[in-house]
Amino acid sequence: MLGVLLLAFSVVSVASAELCKPDAQNAFKVRLSIKTALGDNAYAWDANEEYLFKAMMAFAMRRYSSKSTTQISNVLLCNVTDRVSFWFVVTDSSKNTTTVPGSEVEAAIRMNRNRINSAFLLSDKTLQFLKISTTLSPPVEPSTPVWLIVFGVVLSLIVAGIVFLVVSGIRKHKKKNKESTERENLEEKGEVTITIENGIPCETLDLKAGHVNGVFAADDERFTSL
Amino acid sequence: MVKLQLPNPGLEDRIPSHTELEVLEKEEADSRPKWDNKAQYMLTCVGFCVGLGNVWRFPYLCQSHGGGAFMIPFLILLILEGIPLLHLEFAIGQRLRKGSVGVWSSIHPTLKGVGIAAMCVSFLVSLYYNTIIAWVMWYFFNSFQEPLPWSTCPLTNNRTDYIEECAKSSPVDYFWYRETLNTSTSIEDSGTIQWWLLLCLTCAWGILYVCTIRGIETTGKAVYITSTLPYLVLTIFLIRGLTLKGSVNGIVFLFTPNVTELANPVTWLDAGAQVFYSFSLAFGGLISFSSYNPVHNNCEKDAVIISVINGFTSIYAATVIYSIIGFRATERYDDCFDKNILTLMNAFDLPEGNVTQDNFEQMQQLCNMTDPVTFASLNFETCDLKSLLSEGVEGTGLAFIVFTEAITKMPISPLWSILFFIMLFCLGLSSMFGNIEGVLVPLQDLKIVPPKWPKELITGITCAGSYLIAFIFVLRSGNYWLALFDSFAGSIPLLIIAFCEMFSVVYIYGIDRFNKDIEFMIGHKPNIFWQVTWRVISPLIMLVIFLFYFVVKVNEELLYSVWNPKYEEFPKPQKIGYPGWVYAIIVIIAGVPSLIIPAFAIYKAIRNCCQKRSDHTGLISSISETSVNGNLKNSA
Repeated sequence: MLGVLLLAFSVVSVASAELCKPDAQNAFKVRLSIKTALGDNAYAWDANEEYLFKAMMAFAMRRYSSKSTTQISNVLLCNVTDRVSFWFVVTDSSKNTTTVPGSEVEAAIRMNRNRINSAFLLSDKTLQFLKISTTLSPPVEPSTPVWLIVFGVVLSLIVAGIVFLVVSGIRKHKKKNKESTERENLEEKGEVTITIENGIPCETLDLKAGHVNGVFAADDERFTSL
Repeated sequence: MVKLQLPNPGLEDRIPSHTELEVLEKEEADSRPKWDNKAQYMLTCVGFCVGLGNVWRFPYLCQSHGGGAFMIPFLILLILEGIPLLHLEFAIGQRLRKGSVGVWSSIHPTLKGVGIAAMCVSFLVSLYYNTIIAWVMWYFFNSFQEPLPWSTCPLTNNRTDYIEECAKSSPVDYFWYRETLNTSTSIEDSGTIQWWLLLCLTCAWGILYVCTIRGIETTGKAVYITSTLPYLVLTIFLIRGLTLKGSVNGIVFLFTPNVTELANPVTWLDAGAQVFYSFSLAFGGLISFSSYNPVHNNCEKDAVIISVINGFTSIYAATVIYSIIGFRATERYDDCFDKNILTLMNAFDLPEGNVTQDNFEQMQQLCNMTDPVTFASLNFETCDLKSLLSEGVEGTGLAFIVFTEAITKMPISPLWSILFFIMLFCLGLSSMFGNIEGVLVPLQDLKIVPPKWPKELITGITCAGSYLIAFIFVLRSGNYWLALFDSFAGSIPLLIIAFCEMFSVVYIYGIDRFNKDIEFMIGHKPNIFWQVTWRVISPLIMLVIFLFYFVVKVNEELLYSVWNPKYEEFPKPQKIGYPGWVYAIIVIIAGVPSLIIPAFAIYKAIRNCCQKRSDHTGLISSISETSVNGNLKNSA
């Protein structure tokens, strides 16, 4: 009895060794970069993690083909290295000796890639299935490009500034014109009382707008020398 | 000392005398606009001098001409060339109290061409300079999102891969050449107007109009922000930069002196050209600005202070830029190294963390010994920090490609991007104030515009006209036109104008009279340093630089770089020659301002000779004023 069991076990392991080996048919190489992804929070890759991996593969196969026959034991891992990289195959649940076609496994993984990544706290770059190329996520594009919004804000500020400055300039100009015409009108009516001294109004003297006549001699020459 | 003085009859009649100036000062009868305070004047001049060149030309020159050793020719030429020319422009503007056309035609009527040439150059430069500001605004508008649009390549239509042009070059290159400029492959291929750049150009000219609408009344207020903000941002970047890994490598690389470069004449030529262009001399703007000063303003002190600030800003900006470049180079080096480490690890299934940068070579040898066959099949990239650091880039390439890439690698990138582009915007805008001043004031002096028109209208028409002409720069080939204008409009004509300025002031106006003027204005005669530099040294330096420049430019084959995705060595830029008709345009751009000077002199001389009428310049404006009803009817 024991002998039969041993024989059966060895047959199975030989069979699985044949099914799962590097570059076998329908086998995929997986490479994990746990330390790169998690740094200090990196977990060690041990048998429990391998179990989780097998479970995730089985889960993916079940979800994809929606026949709940794939078992954890159908997922075979081999050649685990320190890198952490290994090969795996998924055997057909009905017949243990053949492997599920690679295309099916690939499709199943693609469909569930997000779930698989999050189970291991990794990303597409740090959990690599070497034969399965990553699909690129489309960028999020808002309905109005952001730059147009900022441009709109800036442009409205500019227009407001121009309008304000032009209008205030026109108003100042009008006020100046009105003042000078008012003064002229009042002067014509003779109503403006301007104190006059020597024919020059005091206001203008105060405003220092008068010119000194440089032709007249300077102060110290006022008196002729004796 | 050279005592050459050309005959200049009638000079006394054209310029206000010292007593008149004194009167103007005391009675405040000057109808010219005035600065509100000294700070506005200093900030405006600093803003005009400190521009984009300090940020993206000087660091490149410094690094490529021997690092710290470049300081020597730069500082020497700053003292011998920059400060004297600056003092000259300040003094002559303050003394004659007119814009550039007015000043030169006061000195001698035949010299009006110098002022007109300066106006032309200011106009051509402001056309393309504002387009650069438009590009800065485009990047600024696009900085308000995370992740920044130039951090990743866009995907192709069926979402399978990155766009080929982007994958071959880099996301920042692609964003600049394709999504911003949408550049064509040659200057002849004009393409259509890029509407998004047109909107940004509208913004740029709009902001410029708002700030210059009433001349220095409005620019004086704007410079409080535009001249001070760049220093604040540079300091923030310095602090941020120093905390990044590898920044010190960049600074050390920048300032490591290589004294052998001093023997290379090109180093001195570049230093001289950089000092000259950095000071924005010969544009006419500085003369205008100082003509609004009070008569007894100490222009000597101002010249020295502004020169020192300009030099300091160049060095400070270079430090900041190279700290960030050092960071970027180190990041690239680390990426390159990590890729090599990954290659080795993956091939030999070594555990993570076993191979580091320090033991990489040992591990390589180990692996080679264990499995030479596999090892031979591996492809390792060469990673050289020095070559990454000396990827010297200048100009738009530095700001829009290298620096933006560095920003994407920093945490909170949108913030740094916004700050950086605000700084570039302020630097460019404050220089534009000087350029526009150099265009508007001569227009008024030449009496091309009716004096009754309000200032707002004249400024508006000038800005609108320049805006329409600047449409060339937002075509698909706009980048090439801009490079053309940059190389030819702002280089040779300025050197000629500056040389003529010095010559006119020293030998036609008379250095003795000039010395007396300065003594009248600031209280003491300029000392021997100024005498020597004004009479001999600075004109000589200008002449040498001009001759070198001219010879180099004329002899070199005119090639320009294009971005051609179909080029074999893409992403390297392809160098192609200009088509024939572009040569004609180059001659016009560089030749017209330069030739206006002799042309106008000849024209005036011919007119004087032909007209045998008596000289009417004997009539002086009368000093005694008639007053009717209290109104001064004849204001001077």
